[in-house]
Amino acid sequence: MRKITINPVTRIEGHAKITLQLDEVGEVATARFHVNEFRGFEKFCEGRLFTEMPNITPRICGICPVSHAVASAKAGEMIMKVTPPVAGELVRRLIHLGQHISSHALSFFHLSCPDLLLGWGGDPARRNIVGLAAAHPDVARRGIRLRQFGQEISERITGKKIHAIGIVAGGMLQPLTEEAREALRAWVPEARETVRLGLELLARHCAEHADEVRDFDRFETLYLGTVGPEGEHELYDGRLRFVDARGGMLADQLDPARYLDWIAEQPVEWSYLKYPYYRPLGPERGVYRVGPLARLNVASRMKTPLAQAEFERFRALAEGGPVHGSFRYHQARLIETLGCVEEIELLLDDPRITSDETQAQARRNQAEGVGCSESPRGTLFHHYVTDAGGLLTGVNLLIATGQNNPAMNRSILDVARRHVRGNDISEEALNRVEGAIRCYDPCLSCSTHAVGSMPLVIELRNARGDLTGCWARGTGG
Amino acid sequence: MNEIVSIQLDGNELKVELGRTILDVCREAGVDLPVMCYLEGLSVVGACRLCVVEIEGSPRLFPACTTPVAANQAIRTQTEKLKRYRRMIVELFFAERNHVCAVCVANNACELQDLARRVGMDHVRFPYLFPECGVDASHPHAVLDHNRCILCTRCVRVCDEVEGAHTWDVMGRGHASRVIADFNEPWGSSTTCTSCGKCVQVCPTGALWPKAASMGNLRKEPGKIGELVAKRKLNA
Repeated sequence: MRKITINPVTRIEGHAKITLQLDEVGEVATARFHVNEFRGFEKFCEGRLFTEMPNITPRICGICPVSHAVASAKAGEMIMKVTPPVAGELVRRLIHLGQHISSHALSFFHLSCPDLLLGWGGDPARRNIVGLAAAHPDVARRGIRLRQFGQEISERITGKKIHAIGIVAGGMLQPLTEEAREALRAWVPEARETVRLGLELLARHCAEHADEVRDFDRFETLYLGTVGPEGEHELYDGRLRFVDARGGMLADQLDPARYLDWIAEQPVEWSYLKYPYYRPLGPERGVYRVGPLARLNVASRMKTPLAQAEFERFRALAEGGPVHGSFRYHQARLIETLGCVEEIELLLDDPRITSDETQAQARRNQAEGVGCSESPRGTLFHHYVTDAGGLLTGVNLLIATGQNNPAMNRSILDVARRHVRGNDISEEALNRVEGAIRCYDPCLSCSTHAVGSMPLVIELRNARGDLTGCWARGTGG
Repeated sequence: MNEIVSIQLDGNELKVELGRTILDVCREAGVDLPVMCYLEGLSVVGACRLCVVEIEGSPRLFPACTTPVAANQAIRTQTEKLKRYRRMIVELFFAERNHVCAVCVANNACELQDLARRVGMDHVRFPYLFPECGVDASHPHAVLDHNRCILCTRCVRVCDEVEGAHTWDVMGRGHASRVIADFNEPWGSSTTCTSCGKCVQVCPTGALWPKAASMGNLRKEPGKIGELVAKRKLNA
């Protein structure tokens, strides 16, 4: 038996490595995605005041800080038993949608388009956003502009593109000005066209590589996502829905505050990521996925017309049932992005959004609070317990990438079994294994509560664990 | 009226009244010395040493806030040595406790942060002590976070000298010193605190802050204390 290690995995957020255990005939026997970083936010936030958390927890990550701030503020609002004013909710929703756009644009255009447009077996030194800019300058430029649009929303409201100051328990510190509203509205048509370009690129890739996309990996799981009162796709606020692998409703309109009734976690010795599962079905049958694919699989419909038309095409892939192929995460991500752009346009047209009344004040009125928001990578929970003065005595952060962890391991195994055989491991095969991970757009900074990127190292080990071969690529450390 | 004497301030000849402090004279002459423990309206303690100046003929440095002017003094306020020392003092403030501006409620509303910018502190050369410091949130309206306290004692003095409650004191020695409420009680259990909020207003950092504040909307008005004291004198 041999073991291959891909360490670290590149073009994702954070540090990780992949171990492929080969059997005696060189076939992949097991695959494991190791997250070897530890940050300890849950521990060192203890002893801080719960109202500080919307400023502390976004520091977990620079990609989805708004989702952390929103979940954190909501947990605080539950502790305070307060509801933000309408304008506070609308402005917060606007920033949150902007962050989804910037994160999804980063995932698709910057991190995944190099594989799709330059080829899985392309030169690794050029298979990145810089190489993309040289080969397809218009796609790269428009992708970068789309990401900028998402961040511009935050900057126009709070003065900062990343780690915005102003999302607080009780609402928002800053209102949206008329000037900002006009500037953002003017950007909407360009953003919409860029998302449609992305969808066209992806559709072309899927048509040209139909067999590959179909066989990328297609194992079945349950899905979890947030939906609105009528089951519509929802990113900012709503209730939870679990569907099974056939699309049957397992549980609907669940109160996110009771997430522990439905989700359990088991630790594993080889990773800092825990293995969450759908509690009623146990760890084996309860593997579920979150994120864009899951959200589109649980939703009954999208809220806006262009996204709805794409949603119908997407669901037709599985004749109305859940779409299981992990590659379809990319498509789901772009459909969501389109929905975000449309919803942003609607929000900017809402006359209530520029009201100055954006924050409600209250004190701590109960000990415990749970805040939930759909982050770009999936459902995010912040759970705080406080003492009488409001200091945190317990913090639990259930992060989207953590929830996808069991499924990511299955995806790696599926892809590795198709592309890795014996000692001779091609660079393309390794990239495909990494690509399976990239579909999930994992954010290990968040999920281990870690940052950075490192080169790729592959180790081949025999059955006794002795190193028998080693490959390395990339630079830096 | 006290006797008028001549001094030299950064090479400029001045006529000043005896009995005044060098800091007073500097401020009147438009020489802006950095201060941290000093606050108009409160007694002076010369604790932070940021306002140190050189006086010709003496090898030591003098805190301007506590040193009276004397005839024929030649005072220098902006030498390279003084700038170096001031920056060192600010670095030591940061190294002594746990100041994390990025997540502090007083970010962009902090005298220590402003001071660090002013003295050109781009990094801290001293090893951080990372002490374990408690946070006291027992008071219904405000929080005391020892992580961010620089022991300027403005809170202690304003509570005693202006409010008259004397809730605050300092316990311990050296870098183990801590501001305490009453006899080291949780602030919320204090029998002397009037919840007037003056200590919160004078605190130069995020050590004392109102529970209702968040990063981005914290506003403190330490200058109000000097105004209050002046008005009381007028009315006396």
